[in-house]
Amino acid sequence: MKRLLVVMFVAFALVLSASAFAIDPLPFQSTAQRDRFQHLTRELRCMVCQDESLLSSNADFAKQLRRQIFDMMQQGKSDKEIKDWLVARYSSFILYDPPLAPSTIALWFGTPAILLAGGIVVIVLLRRRTRPAGAIADEPGDDW
Amino acid sequence: MNEVARKSLGRFVPLIVFAALVAFFVIGLVWNQTHDARFVPSPLIDKPAPAFRLPRLEQPTQFVTKADLLGKPYLINVFASWCFACGDEHPTLMAYRDKFGIPLIGYDYKDAPQDARAWLDRHGDPYHEVLTDQSGDTAINFGVYGAPETYLIDAKGVIRYKHIGPLTPDVIAKELEPKIRALEQAGT
Repeated sequence: MKRLLVVMFVAFALVLSASAFAIDPLPFQSTAQRDRFQHLTRELRCMVCQDESLLSSNADFAKQLRRQIFDMMQQGKSDKEIKDWLVARYSSFILYDPPLAPSTIALWFGTPAILLAGGIVVIVLLRRRTRPAGAIADEPGDDW
Repeated sequence: MNEVARKSLGRFVPLIVFAALVAFFVIGLVWNQTHDARFVPSPLIDKPAPAFRLPRLEQPTQFVTKADLLGKPYLINVFASWCFACGDEHPTLMAYRDKFGIPLIGYDYKDAPQDARAWLDRHGDPYHEVLTDQSGDTAINFGVYGAPETYLIDAKGVIRYKHIGPLTPDVIAKELEPKIRALEQAGT
């Protein structure tokens, strides 16, 4: 029974690790370089399967770009240089972390703006409610 | 505005907020109906096309470069024998190849040359010239991420227009033809 549990656990762990990222036989020079590669490709969109990162996708497109990114890392290119190279070809849509630009203003500030507006409404309502009891009695009922 | 009127207006606030949410929802639905999120505008529009050097499908020992094609506008159509949507697009290309008024160059993307040849033999060859990119490395410089894709490149080698997905008579009439005519008038 214990053995079976161990086998099941190992199988489960293998399935998890296999789905966590697509495996290419890329010859990294160090674990640090591999970590950097995984961190970078996790932030990049696979353009053909848009809800997957370049790291996790098994699409041909993602494999090819992983290879290109790997090659650029071997040439000593920085993360920023690699991202700029990709953005020049595929637009900033390839970045999961969108840069602040005119087209992304609503994305960056929309949520805080709505939160702020909601907060103001709540404060105004609370202020009204905490007026003296006499003042409230004079008003028609606040019935919503 | 007196106090009573203000109060009665106040009771409509939730309705207004709700209406705004419904409006956002409807806009989102309509947007998704009319826009395909897979079609990302290319940052390469109005930029020089990347340099390339690709073998001809028919004579793989002969290479065609970007410099060879300078001097007149041309179309590049990215296709592959494995590409299902390219089959949908194919009859349109056959019908329009001589109506574009400029060369239509096939870009065989990540495909085995014998497969591409068999595909063109079976369906017909709409291209004035077919180049092959078996590795797909040059295609990355063009920002290709799916097939079919169509590029309009002017006489100076600048990308003027890109269409992702199959060309249809509608797209050609509304988008591509006007761009080609504009290039002809500008003389570039």
